[in-house]
Amino acid sequence: MPIVKTITGVGHRVVNAVWRIGIAARFFALTLTHSGSGFRRFGLIKKELFSTGVMSLIIIIVAGLFVGMVLGLQGYETLKRFGSESALGVMVALGLVRELGPVVAALLFASRAGSAMTAEIGLMKATEQISAMELMAVNPIARIVAPRFWAGVISMPLLAAMFSAAGIFGGYFVGVVQIGVDEGSFWSQMQAAVDFRHDIMNGVLKSFVFGVVVTVIALFEGYDAPPTAEGVSGATTRTVVTSSLAILMLDFVLTAMMFGGSE
Amino acid sequence: MRHPFNGFLILSPPALVEIRNLNFSYDKRAVLQGINMTFHKGKCIAIMGSSGCGKTTLLRHIGGALKPTKGHVKVDGKIMHELDPNGMYKMRRKMGMLFQFGALFTDMSVYDNVAFQMREHTDLPEDLIHDLVMMKLNSVGLRGTHDLMPSELSGGMARRVALARTVALDPMLIMYDEPFAGLDPISLTVVGDLIRRLNDALGATSVIVTHDVQESLKIVDYVYFMAGGVIVAEGTPDEIRASDKAIVHQFVHGEMDGPLPFHYPGGDYRQDLSL
Amino acid sequence: MERTKLDLWVGMFVVAGIAALVMLALKVGNLSTYNVSETYQVQAYFTNIGGLKPKASIRSAGVLVGRVTDISLDTDRYEAKVSMSLDKRYQFPKDTFANILTSGLLGEQYIGLSPGGDSEMLKTGDQIKKTQSAMVLEDLIGKFIYSKADGADK
Repeated sequence: MPIVKTITGVGHRVVNAVWRIGIAARFFALTLTHSGSGFRRFGLIKKELFSTGVMSLIIIIVAGLFVGMVLGLQGYETLKRFGSESALGVMVALGLVRELGPVVAALLFASRAGSAMTAEIGLMKATEQISAMELMAVNPIARIVAPRFWAGVISMPLLAAMFSAAGIFGGYFVGVVQIGVDEGSFWSQMQAAVDFRHDIMNGVLKSFVFGVVVTVIALFEGYDAPPTAEGVSGATTRTVVTSSLAILMLDFVLTAMMFGGSE
Repeated sequence: MRHPFNGFLILSPPALVEIRNLNFSYDKRAVLQGINMTFHKGKCIAIMGSSGCGKTTLLRHIGGALKPTKGHVKVDGKIMHELDPNGMYKMRRKMGMLFQFGALFTDMSVYDNVAFQMREHTDLPEDLIHDLVMMKLNSVGLRGTHDLMPSELSGGMARRVALARTVALDPMLIMYDEPFAGLDPISLTVVGDLIRRLNDALGATSVIVTHDVQESLKIVDYVYFMAGGVIVAEGTPDEIRASDKAIVHQFVHGEMDGPLPFHYPGGDYRQDLSL
Repeated sequence: MERTKLDLWVGMFVVAGIAALVMLALKVGNLSTYNVSETYQVQAYFTNIGGLKPKASIRSAGVLVGRVTDISLDTDRYEAKVSMSLDKRYQFPKDTFANILTSGLLGEQYIGLSPGGDSEMLKTGDQIKKTQSAMVLEDLIGKFIYSKADGADK
């Protein structure tokens, strides 16, 4: 009976997925409860801030600059049709601060820092470093996982803000310097339309949520990876795929909650 | 224990590890069956057997990383699987384990690797830790490597650094999981010699899980032979060398065929070749 | 030595991130125009508010003096009730005139205040009596067509 087989197969997969979500949630809770030592010894978090935050800096700023330049170019072409080129600043700023900044920065972060985290922890597991730590009576969640988690959560909003800032400069460069939109109206219209709490803080909140989700997925996949070369490479791929999907889906939910329907 | 003939007390060192009727199954597959072992303080014990006979699983039981299906492991008078997490952590601080390929932390320098446990478990000032790390590294002859990363070390050097890390807190029980795997003959002798010397210098008890017969017979006091999850032979190195048990003979002399067959069990050969 | 270099990099990273946030807040957003000064609340009724939205600006002589805080429909009068909060620094006479205006032809709508001559000033809870509703483009076009048709008849 191939139909029965298919149905049981699907059911099996669903049950498995729910199971994994449950384990991941327990892992997340463990990470939070074991975060104390990481904060008492901030050096551990600082070291991870370097490898997640500082090492992602260049890709984030360059990508932000180019996304902003494209926004400037495309926005100008569209706005010109309605004779409202002066609203270019508004378009670039709102697009970046509300959506593209948090989302694209999080996608880049997932593929740059998230995959590195998964691979690193997966390899630590494959080479028995995690077992060794356990047998030395040191909790690997507190020593390895928690500092990386907090480093990711701290760097994500900062990276998203840098992405948006770089993007606005990119838009400014293309719109004002290259095309010749009036500089005064570019900035003043932007300032009039972008609300600090409603737009910027909501963007920061989004990137904070993305930071939590991406780092938890990356750390969990690494910690859960089968201790073999194939296991680690599979987990790295899953980190990028799962966290990208999670970012885009969560972005829709968060956008609907923050901006949708309220006006 | 009393002497069987004259009834005098025999002063043998007290037992540090007692394994009684240990059984362990993984996915209904019996890995260990009815293991009984006693490790006395100050001794070097080897557990030998071919790959996959359950040696590493046994070590993990002593370390408290696995829970037995039946029976128990008693270390220093305490049953491992009945300890609460706190008691388990206290017990593990008194143990050291050298993993198969060293398992050095790849994101730390050699110095930080050796200092790791001192920093995690003690409040020693950093200059005292420095001296201790240098002493430990000196005892394995690698003081000069302290600012290298593990990736810059050769296999034998990494194993020695891992050894220095294992004994960092002067453990009472040191476990070695395949300490000789993948070493060249010179490193092999060096590591074997270090294991014995460190054990005697620290007054510790060492358990070596290995399939390297010749090297380990040189350094240990007592040997257990395992095959298929049970103990098939035990004795002092001299007794083992002289043993006429087929399986021990095969192992000690590295013969291809014997009680452990060369061929993995399969169907009829002629049938497989479609003759 | 390794440690201090790490500190420097992480420090630079955090500073750059916070600088980006501050730049977004001040240069891109409107935090610089946010008033921490105290406000007072007044209401006004309009027959039609057009496209006015909460947080729309309230201007007098083109200067931002407050913001719309809430818009609701009063079912006793079937008129829009607009609550606004005005900056304490700017006091307006009781007979001030509130007018819904549009910035540019298709721009945002805002409330314009034209002060009257009363000697008493508005205070919290007061109501602006004199209002003029938004101009709705459809009505304007309708009126225009109607008057054209009228003209053609004659």
